[in-house]
Amino acid sequence: MEAKGYAIKYGDNVDTDVIIPARYLNSSDPAELALHCMEDIDKDFVNKVKKGDIMVGGKNFGCGSSREHAPIAIKASGISCVIAETFARIFYRNSINIGLPIMECPEASREIKEGDEVEVDFDSGIITDKTTGKTYKGQAFPPFMQKIINAEGLINYINAKK
Amino acid sequence: MGMTMTQKILAKHAGLSSVKAGDLIEADLDLVLGNDITSPVAIKELAKFENKEVFNKDKIALVPDHFVPNKDIKSAEHCKMVREFAKENNITNYFEVGQMGIEHALLPEKGLVVSGDVVIGADSHTCTYGALGAFSTGIGSTDMAAGMATGKAWFKVPEAIKFNLTGELPKWVSGKDVILHIIGMIGVDGALYKSMEFTGPGVATLSIDDRFTIANMAIEAGGKNGIFPVDDVTRAYIAEHSDREPVEYTADDDAEYSAVYDINLSELTPTVSFPHLPENTHTFDSIGDIPINQVVIGSCTNGHIQDMREAAEVMKGRKIADGVRAIIIPATQQIYLQAMEEGLIKTFIEFGAVVSTSTCGPCLGGYMGILAAGERCVSTTNRNFVGRMGHVESEVYLASPAVAAASAVTGKLSQPAELGL
Repeated sequence: MEAKGYAIKYGDNVDTDVIIPARYLNSSDPAELALHCMEDIDKDFVNKVKKGDIMVGGKNFGCGSSREHAPIAIKASGISCVIAETFARIFYRNSINIGLPIMECPEASREIKEGDEVEVDFDSGIITDKTTGKTYKGQAFPPFMQKIINAEGLINYINAKK
Repeated sequence: MGMTMTQKILAKHAGLSSVKAGDLIEADLDLVLGNDITSPVAIKELAKFENKEVFNKDKIALVPDHFVPNKDIKSAEHCKMVREFAKENNITNYFEVGQMGIEHALLPEKGLVVSGDVVIGADSHTCTYGALGAFSTGIGSTDMAAGMATGKAWFKVPEAIKFNLTGELPKWVSGKDVILHIIGMIGVDGALYKSMEFTGPGVATLSIDDRFTIANMAIEAGGKNGIFPVDDVTRAYIAEHSDREPVEYTADDDAEYSAVYDINLSELTPTVSFPHLPENTHTFDSIGDIPINQVVIGSCTNGHIQDMREAAEVMKGRKIADGVRAIIIPATQQIYLQAMEEGLIKTFIEFGAVVSTSTCGPCLGGYMGILAAGERCVSTTNRNFVGRMGHVESEVYLASPAVAAASAVTGKLSQPAELGL
């Protein structure tokens, strides 16, 4: 499995309130949530994001609320993978559980620039910045989490186990 | 090698004699919690299970508290979905408007969590119950659905940071100042993936409400959970609220910690987190004149009876500053009633504050106190991110109930000492 697209870059501590503001949590429809994704820190995101694009954040990406609406909104907006230096733990769990690919890679998080063309190979953990030609090794998931990802989410994983 | 308190609770619930940091385990759950924002997503996910039955109708708690009483039609539809799900599945612990409260104040009050429990909740502040010596942590809606279906959840056993507390808090310094001080010290990712274990002789001097506040904001340092040892304060609280038998765990003497911090409670002073991160803390020796528009006293962090009493003690016999709105939200119906019986509500109203029914409303910018562009609020809530309480150009200053109340008196960010208290 791989992701390929253009980088959309943010800084450290991107919290779930800016990923999807609580005023929109009266909906749980992915398409509707996607319309407001990132709007409190980047009003232009919904206009510029294209299917396959890769979101790049800094430290502690997805901190704050446990709202699963946050990874749901990112996934529904067309983002194919989120790369960050570190992820907040609930966001990390939620992303795996709903099947939004994420990868921790401090070097890639720092060096990839807005608009760079990026490829991510999930099996090898290799991130390639095609614009600069540099490659990075992202952190591979432990086998247990990889099984959940391969099953495309926790529910399918549990259903298959029975 | 010894285990931390968190590791011991997780080992027991996974049926293992020991665990170590980094182990992936599957633990039995004593309680699965959801609210009106997160449960609808979980209910839709649960429908995808081959076995759609809940694992135990007594071990699920559903608390509509974020956007209730229903703030708009869409919220009403979400609440209706939760209500109907609770009815169809005979969920024992569904709490309707009128009998409810903010989930993390309500569950301990109803005796649903005791020492030694493992609790997951689809709300990040589920870590609050660590105050009772339980392992509790926030998860998302899919984990909630899986928990409701199977009664189990997977965890990576966390490393721990030890906070060794000594001394005793001075007057007008409370649990909120302790946790804001800690977050300022270690940062919003300082405890990422880790458990925060509070220990030392200072613990005995902290009230149960102080402990709830401290454990509640462990997530604001990135923590997986925050946990307190069980002592007479805990035992008395649980005996008063629950029929269940608590199980007490203590950390081994040779347990490993990735870091140890010593905190002398006697040296702490009122602490405020400035916009737009909880780690951006200041004490009053470095705070100038910061005029404010609104004060919020409430939330799962600071809506307890002790918080109401502290606010009332500051407000008693005083009047709110011109141009300031004060919104006070007792966290549960029981706390509201107690505040009324103690005369605190009268004090609030005579002061010029509004007293609201229990809701998370303003904390997350839902309703009941949204800020306009350029407005500033001193709030006893837990997050001050961009746009958290309303417009992206509004500002939230996180503080204790005493600081929030003093600020409502002066119209600027203030501590009780400025009122001669």
